[in-house]
Parts: sequence; C-alpha cells; structure tokens
Amino acid sequence: MNVSKKTVTGDGTNNSATGNRISVLVVDDDPIIRTIHKALLRRSGMEVEVAADGQQAVNLHRMGASYNLVFMDMEMPVMDGPQATRELREMGVESMIVGVTSRDLDSDIQAFMAAGLNYCFVKPLTIEKVIPLIEELTGNI
Amino acid sequence: MDNTNQVRQQVANMRRSLFDQGYLDDQFIQLEDLQDDANPKFVEEVVTLYYNDSARLIQNIEQALFNRPIDFGKLDDYMHQFKGSSSSIGAKKVKIECQQFRVYCIAGNADGCSRTFQQIKQEYACLRRKLQTYFQLVSQAGQAESA
Repeated sequence: MNVSKKTVTGDGTNNSATGNRISVLVVDDDPIIRTIHKALLRRSGMEVEVAADGQQAVNLHRMGASYNLVFMDMEMPVMDGPQATRELREMGVESMIVGVTSRDLDSDIQAFMAAGLNYCFVKPLTIEKVIPLIEELTGNI
Repeated sequence: MDNTNQVRQQVANMRRSLFDQGYLDDQFIQLEDLQDDANPKFVEEVVTLYYNDSARLIQNIEQALFNRPIDFGKLDDYMHQFKGSSSSIGAKKVKIECQQFRVYCIAGNADGCSRTFQQIKQEYACLRRKLQTYFQLVSQAGQAESA
C-alpha cells in the first residue's frame, strides 16, 4: 500500500508532515517502549507523537491529525491494535500502519495484519527495521 | 587525569561484567546508541522508568498469585507485559526467568509460578542494585572529566 499524498498534510499543530520530515505516531501502552521508540525515530529524523492506546490514536485522527507512519502495538487496554487499525482504515486513513508486537506466533501476526497493517514487526524496533520504511515513505512523498 | 582514567576504566570494567555475567543483553546497547549530547542520561532515565513502571506489574502478579482460584490467563498477561518491559531495557536474566514463569503458567503449575516469581524478584532487585552502582560510576566519570 502506498502512502497517498493526502496523508502528507498538516496544520503544524497536530504535527503532521512539516517540510519533508516524516511524521510518526507511536501507539503503545508501555511508557518504556514509547520512550525508546520515540528516541529511535527522532534520531532517524522523524517528527514523533505518542498515544497510550488505540482509542487515543483513533481520537487523534478524528480531530484531524494525520501521520505518514503509525506504529501500532498489538495489545493495549481500552482499544487494542487490531481494533484501532480497523477503525483507522474504516475512517479512510491510508497512512502506513506498522504493527509492533512482542507476540511471535504466526497466527497472532497474521490476525493483526488482516486488520489492515502494511507490515508487522516483533518488538523492539531497531534502526534496521525502520530504514526500509523511511525509504518506502520518502519514495512516495 | 589519572583519576579520570581510573574511573573510566572502572566504568568499562563494570559494564563489561554486566554483559559477561548475563545480566544485560544487546538491547541495552541499543539504548546506549540512543544516548547523545541532547539526551546525555537517556539510558539511566529509561532504566528508572522501567523500575518505576514495573513495580505496578509486580504488584499485579503478586496479587494474581495470591488469588484463589488462580487466573492463569490474567497471570500470563501480566507476565507478558513485564517480560516485554524487561526485554526493552536488555534485562537478560529477568527475561529468562519470565519465560520460565510463562511455561509454568501455561501448564497451570501454581507452585512453579510461585517459585519462579521469587527468582524473578531476586534477579530484578539484583540488576537494580548493579545498575544503580553502574550509573553512579558513570556520573563520577562525567564529573572527573569536567573537573
């Protein structure tokens, strides 16, 4: 799935893509993971916002925020990753959504992918996993 | 200058021993790679966050082990979260014990869970002490360099 140009918009306040920097939303209930992933992605030159569960991620989009890339944890309270992903896709969000999970069973990952992910990685994110995503996104912007 | 080199060497030796003795794995190095002039205490901050946040999980697990009947599903969920957090800071021995705990949990083995949880708490506390000492040394090295 390619990132459509309509996702590369922003009012500056909700931190959608500004200039040529990729905007990212990290959705994870674990504050340690949010901290680490935020640092990793900022070091890679991205603009990063965080949300602590799927409902917050959906609410951000309902309020008009848009991101080039969403990293979505699978298991979260309030609203989990698969449900949040389905809702975002139903809302017409075409951003790249990448699942991030500590579950490594194929069946879990496939079920998460079926919710509408572009890709799914096992935690934690590393620069090696992020670089191909940046290349794909910058190729489409 | 001699004092600076001495402290620097102590830091390096302690760091190496944490890896050699199996307390830490490569994920800790990933954290170190994210530390820079803009975030000079990033590793220590993340470790502090881990110990602050995981106290809640440990309490949840303790309570879940105390309840009768034991809800092994809930217990496994809590331990899955705790294992994930421990993995994210490179807490290798803690992670290994968490994996063992989950084996007992899936088998519905309450005694195995209880015994392993005691081991987890020991490794968790031991790593905390070692990392506190390590970060104190790192701080001393920083002060010695800027003196």
